[in-house]
Amino acid sequence: MDESLTAPVQIDFDFLPQVERGSGIQASVCYQCRKCSNGCPLTFAMDHPPDRILRFLLLGQADQALHSRTIWVCSSCETCTTRCPNGIDIAGLMDYLKQEACRRGIPDPSGNRSLAVHQCFLDQIRRRGRVHEGSFMNAYLLSHGVWWRKILAGTLIHDLRLGWALWKRGRLPIVPRGVADQAEIERLFAAKD
Amino acid sequence: MTEVSFYPGCSLDGTAKDYRDSIERVADLLDLQLQELEDWNCCGATAAHSLDERLAVNLAGRTLALAETAGKDLLVPCALCFNRLKTAAKKLQGDQEQLYETRFDGKIQIFDLLDYLSRPFMLKRVRDRRRVALSGLRPVCYYGCMVNRPPKITDSEQWENPTNMDRLLTELGAEVLDWPFKTDCCGASHAIARPDLVFTLVDKLYRRALAEGANCIVVSCQMCQANLDLYQDQINRQFQRDVYLPIFYFTELIELALGAVAPGRKLDRHLVDPTALLSAVGLA
Repeated sequence: MDESLTAPVQIDFDFLPQVERGSGIQASVCYQCRKCSNGCPLTFAMDHPPDRILRFLLLGQADQALHSRTIWVCSSCETCTTRCPNGIDIAGLMDYLKQEACRRGIPDPSGNRSLAVHQCFLDQIRRRGRVHEGSFMNAYLLSHGVWWRKILAGTLIHDLRLGWALWKRGRLPIVPRGVADQAEIERLFAAKD
Repeated sequence: MTEVSFYPGCSLDGTAKDYRDSIERVADLLDLQLQELEDWNCCGATAAHSLDERLAVNLAGRTLALAETAGKDLLVPCALCFNRLKTAAKKLQGDQEQLYETRFDGKIQIFDLLDYLSRPFMLKRVRDRRRVALSGLRPVCYYGCMVNRPPKITDSEQWENPTNMDRLLTELGAEVLDWPFKTDCCGASHAIARPDLVFTLVDKLYRRALAEGANCIVVSCQMCQANLDLYQDQINRQFQRDVYLPIFYFTELIELALGAVAPGRKLDRHLVDPTALLSAVGLA
């Protein structure tokens, strides 16, 4: 049996108002029609469908929402947000829950590669204001031993072949182009929450 | 000559250089002058809006401010850049604008490239200059997520069943097929951390496109193009299929129809080489 179903549940009724204040999204109007989950293309890889994440918020089950795989599997395709009959920005909620999970130190980028990708990507923007894909992929592969795990899984060869194929076609420039006004980029990063 | 500001975004400077080159050739063909926005920065993409909403708005906001200073409408080919810029524009013109460090007053408009090139005045230029009918090409149009959803952000009028690419390709003489997966997700940036998710989603798209009788898929987003094109071999191996579906940018088909693809210049900058298909239908 899934151990999340047998673990004792901590109830935190302050969580829903905190989410609504922090995100500006009114989750409490959800009436569980499940239109979000029916249109979601990624439920096959989620531990909880989107409607259940909303239900967790309403029931004060913060940990269930914040520890879920769902929030990281969401691709922000915006189908749920578009179709919600009550106008809840569900994809926006998933973003807020990712951010709150990070604030609480819940996800570990060595096990959560989606987070590792996001962190490497932001680091690239911070460095030169733009993302140079070659540098970004190198940084990602070197983070948290991703390259070594890819060797063990036998998938690094796919990345190398792809890099070669793109380079041959003039689609993998070696020299990055950056923003001239780097101080402005630094200022925007300094203002981050 | 029509003049607009142009925001290529990071990937059109790199892995989607082929898209950028095609866009620039099409702009020349259609008397559209693209002025690359000076000192533009990354829109923040999925990483910024996933981890830091304020930074996401500020990064896109800086580019918007530059575009407003340049004073011309802004043309954006990347679907995600477009979505992030539109999101920032709404936030910076809303009642919470004091939360952010950048300013945008909405004096210029932000256009998705496909939307712009399929507007009546552009469609007329395409029609008047067409030299070749793309008959034999049976594409399905794959719009992806970000140029249409959510309509509150994108201002799209047809978000569940967009038709502007269908209309444009029909003008080019292609035998456009209808299908139900026009705006279904390809998995986007999951390709890096979770290729398993992308492969599952893309395999579903291939199977449906083939079931409709398509011999190619046409896109306007370089992330969709990458996910449908770069891994076709790997997906074939994983799901034991024999799919051959060239993935064109809609601008490449405009070039073909306007007779601008010189003999000998092969459209082979994708991984799935379209030459076999183009030869079979007499276009190469």
